[in-house]
Amino acid sequence: MALTTAPDPTRARTGSVPTPASGRGVGRPRHGEGLAGYVFLSPWLLGLMAVTAIPMLLSLWLSFTNYDILTPWSEVEWVGLANYERMFTADPSYWHSVRVTVTFALVAVPLKLAAALGVALLLNRAWRGVGLFRSLFYLPSLLGGSVALAIVWVNMFNRDGAFNSLLGLFGVEGAPWVNDPDWALETLMVLAIWQFGAPMVIFLAGLKQVPTELYEAASVDGAGRWRRFRNVTLPMLSPVIFFNLVLETINGFQGFTAAFVLSNGTGGPVDSTLMYTLNLYITGFTDLEMGYASAMAWVFLVAIAVITAIFFSTGRFWVHYSDGEDR
Amino acid sequence: MTATAAPAATGRRAPRRATGGQALRLVVLIAIVAVVLYPLFWMIGTSFKSQEEIVNNVGLLPEAFTPGNYTAGWTNFDLSFGRFFLNSAMVSLLTVVGNGISCLLAAYAFARLRFRLRGLWFAVMIGTLLLPGHVLIVPQYILFRTLGLVGGEWPYLPLLIPQFLATEAFFVFLMVQFMRGIPRELDEAAKIDGANAFGIFRHVILPLSRPALVTTAIFSFIWTWNDFFRQLVFLSGLEDYTVPVALTLFIDSTSQSAVGPMFAMSVLSLLPVFLFFLAFQRMLVEGINTSGLKG
Repeated sequence: MALTTAPDPTRARTGSVPTPASGRGVGRPRHGEGLAGYVFLSPWLLGLMAVTAIPMLLSLWLSFTNYDILTPWSEVEWVGLANYERMFTADPSYWHSVRVTVTFALVAVPLKLAAALGVALLLNRAWRGVGLFRSLFYLPSLLGGSVALAIVWVNMFNRDGAFNSLLGLFGVEGAPWVNDPDWALETLMVLAIWQFGAPMVIFLAGLKQVPTELYEAASVDGAGRWRRFRNVTLPMLSPVIFFNLVLETINGFQGFTAAFVLSNGTGGPVDSTLMYTLNLYITGFTDLEMGYASAMAWVFLVAIAVITAIFFSTGRFWVHYSDGEDR
Repeated sequence: MTATAAPAATGRRAPRRATGGQALRLVVLIAIVAVVLYPLFWMIGTSFKSQEEIVNNVGLLPEAFTPGNYTAGWTNFDLSFGRFFLNSAMVSLLTVVGNGISCLLAAYAFARLRFRLRGLWFAVMIGTLLLPGHVLIVPQYILFRTLGLVGGEWPYLPLLIPQFLATEAFFVFLMVQFMRGIPRELDEAAKIDGANAFGIFRHVILPLSRPALVTTAIFSFIWTWNDFFRQLVFLSGLEDYTVPVALTLFIDSTSQSAVGPMFAMSVLSLLPVFLFFLAFQRMLVEGINTSGLKG
């Protein structure tokens, strides 16, 4: 992964992004401290090996086999690229799940960030009660990923649910949202957008860092509200926007719980909520095709790495660091 | 900031200047709050509706408050729902302990100690921050199953072992950032007093890292309490189920009669998170602020 930027946009602004290499005398540890370092690091190192590195390698190997949990190890067959071939050429439901996931991220992430930024701008003034609003908006981010909330969502967007009765007040007859292949994914998007509180809080922290002198200077130059937003707020906020964008996109690709609850683990109706991770789960743990699921996992990993890399390489053109530090 | 803080102090309603703008802003905010909180209130309201009312009245409030769904949900399965709460609480609390200890140790090494390959390991740790857990689930399942730990004597080991090995890089990073704010002079002073790396950890870093530990504890509790994916994969027996996995059992039984109990248990399942929210809301909102990940 190419992530070397400290995931701390507010602190990054001050220009003091500490890297471990900034310590004195790296590479020539003083006697004794090197040993102590590895003693303290040992649980993490063990975890890295046992829980991350070895499973990753195992999964890479599995992706070239026909392994399922039932066959004994001695009968596992090396199938070469067959899993990948099947994924790319012979598995329409795979491509469907890619489409579902990309659609979800492309729609939900920008809208969620827009909502977060919009509300953050409304709250970006010190006045009594602002803390209360901030907390209330943040609450869905704490609860929203749970099974319980997904259950509520599904029932709210039923044919006879609360949302349709609300529409009924305006004389609109709603769809059976969660049971309608054309709308099920959209209800999941709304659930994701509803949790705009977490990025909002990060936006608020970023807004606080924008020097008020810049606004004053802009006002003196005759800039109106929109010009101040466009020419001061947005560029000053771009590192935080970038940070939220990367994070929310990666989160968006991994949506699982709500899709699982909505479709009772099937990805339905008619595969309309077959998110990538749900497809992976079904392949690996329902169909027990763990070799094939491992191949899916690796493609997913590479895709996320590539997307992150694209973000970071394009970030140079629109992310503005006020300290002039080039990362 | 200070300039805009002044008018707010003049009173809750209508400060002297910019009344129109302020009032409009407040109205908009209240409208958004209403929309955002509606699902939560609706969930609570519905959990108190009778079975009939759930079908006929999709409004916010029940016409008659009936607590029956709670007793029905609690006893809906062969086991009391309390069992699932105990399981969830145990997994969450042990995760808090595991994350706290193991991440603190790793963070101390990264933040303070000098050793070979530190830069490399730090970069690897940052790399694992964005590693999606879904990618590793299949091989982890196979490994833990091969070791006889899935559905074994104590089926929570596959959930807990990673937490005791500092695999939540987010918390390691959070603590590293925090420790960098602890003045190095304190280390130096302890060193002069004859403390080695372990002494400095024990007497300087550990006591001063309490705020970072508290943040880690709160977030690991909430995230583990809400986590579904790993618990779904690793837990297989009804008596081992945690709350989120047990909740999905309600969905399997699609009959209308299950909706009320399902809502009641959903409300209960969110209660611990909500209480945490009430108790620590400032810390939660600001904790995510300064460390800004996930959520």
